[in-house]
Amino acid sequence: MDQPVRDLPVGAWPPGLTRVPYWVYRDPGIARAEQARLFEGPCWHFLCLEIDVPNPGDYRTTMMGAMPVVVARAEDGAVVAFENRCAHRGALICLDDGGSVKDFQCIYHAWRYDLHGNLKSVAFRHGVGGKGGMPDDFRPEAHGPRKLHVTVQSGLVFGTLVPDGPSFEDTIGSEILARLQRVLHKKLEIIGRFTQQLPCNWKLYMENVRDTYHASLLHTFFTTFRITRLSHGGGVMVSDNGVAHASTTLAPPQGPDTTYAGMRADNEGFRLQDPSFMRSVAEFNDDISLQILSIFPGFVLQQINNTLAVRQIVPRGIDSMDLHWTYLGFADDTPDLRAMRLKQANLAGPAGYVSMEDGAVGGFVQRGIAAAEAETSVVEMGGTSADTTDTRATEASVRGFWKAWRARMGL
Amino acid sequence: MTGPLELAALNAACAAAIDANRLEAWPDFFHDRCLYKVTTADNFEKGHQAGLIYADSRAMLHDRVAALRQANIYERQRYRHVLGLPLVTADTDGLVSAETSFVVVRTMRDGQMMVFAAGVYRDEVRRDETGAWRYAERIVVCDSQRIDTLLAIPL
Repeated sequence: MDQPVRDLPVGAWPPGLTRVPYWVYRDPGIARAEQARLFEGPCWHFLCLEIDVPNPGDYRTTMMGAMPVVVARAEDGAVVAFENRCAHRGALICLDDGGSVKDFQCIYHAWRYDLHGNLKSVAFRHGVGGKGGMPDDFRPEAHGPRKLHVTVQSGLVFGTLVPDGPSFEDTIGSEILARLQRVLHKKLEIIGRFTQQLPCNWKLYMENVRDTYHASLLHTFFTTFRITRLSHGGGVMVSDNGVAHASTTLAPPQGPDTTYAGMRADNEGFRLQDPSFMRSVAEFNDDISLQILSIFPGFVLQQINNTLAVRQIVPRGIDSMDLHWTYLGFADDTPDLRAMRLKQANLAGPAGYVSMEDGAVGGFVQRGIAAAEAETSVVEMGGTSADTTDTRATEASVRGFWKAWRARMGL
Repeated sequence: MTGPLELAALNAACAAAIDANRLEAWPDFFHDRCLYKVTTADNFEKGHQAGLIYADSRAMLHDRVAALRQANIYERQRYRHVLGLPLVTADTDGLVSAETSFVVVRTMRDGQMMVFAAGVYRDEVRRDETGAWRYAERIVVCDSQRIDTLLAIPL
């Protein structure tokens, strides 16, 4: 029976995974609960790349939802992370995107921390001239920013505040892990960083990432220019817990075209004058030409031909978010392969031929649902389950997102 | 020495084509072989090569315009460029390097306006066979790494 989509009591969740009430994108109480239960809860959050902190003393600042975080390389080579908040008055300990230090010192009152975030010294702790200072029973070791549990996988640094949950690898499952390792299989190099500010709730973007149904409908670049996507195969893989997904598009059986990939030889309609940017090579020794992988709540790994990027979702209030793009190559790229990455990058990113619409469409939903507190969306393409399927005409992966979200939110 | 006013005139004409939605005329300000890249100050200083838009031929610029006209979907909007005077930094064998500050105000369909981008054009220009100045290279270095919603119309 077709499930109703309107006049639901606000706060109630319809049964199953195929209806999503619109208040989840608009309720400030939900945003506060997400910070507590997701971003500070039992989830693995992408923090930065391991190459952001190559040497002891190197640090990089990042976010876990609203929580500012410092990632550092300790003296022993371990990657560690802690809340970017001085234990004294709460000021940021690190102000810049990154750098290299011997230790950390809060600029406000010069409280000093080691690379692990342990409080080591307090300025004027014993006062000046025998007057003032901290009480004798003040114990620095009892004060400090919250520390994260950190794991490094395939050059990616993930962290969580909840240390007793499943490992990162168990959380995403062996199948998705293999998809991650398939792409990130050797030393990375950053070739660009951009931030895209989207006018929507963060969940709308993550749903879009997981939505294999919209791609050829919203993004008409390939069809308009008759760049036939010869690749018909593919599908979407969803971990049992809904936390991770990987959607794939397979290259044609004979392997990717190394000249003008996928250009159809006809003269009708619009044609590109210079399709050289579509030139690509199969660099992963398989027939997957496109793979989008996500890890709940806010990480995306993109491989579109030779265009590699990680994207980090950072909510900024209920109806705004930052999308941090890091464009990647490998340290051993040949000049020719690097040139291909730079030109193919026209496909993705804030100005991407097949991605720019994703920057706006979440905002269209956010504006569209402004008065729809008691109504729901319909997420029923491909059935009702969140299982792995061999088609992309499905919203299984979007349902997987809600499976993971509801399990952690208790809704 | 190339007069900065000649470069200013080139810049003004190029910006006017974009602001007046004559995008089809925009690629003609470039040489056949050229480089047009939109990046940020951070990326530029760190030597990161990738751009938001990256074209190494005038034909690719035409394709960018064709995609905006025919394929890509974005809310109706317009730009207003405000340009500084070009600072000529080198002039060697007919190839002139110049830096020109810009501010782009974006006005959306509903009238909402914002400073969409500010930064510097790092240009290399030389005359074509007709004597007209054209860009051999234009690196658009935005001061901010933050792009609001999307970058459709070129800067």
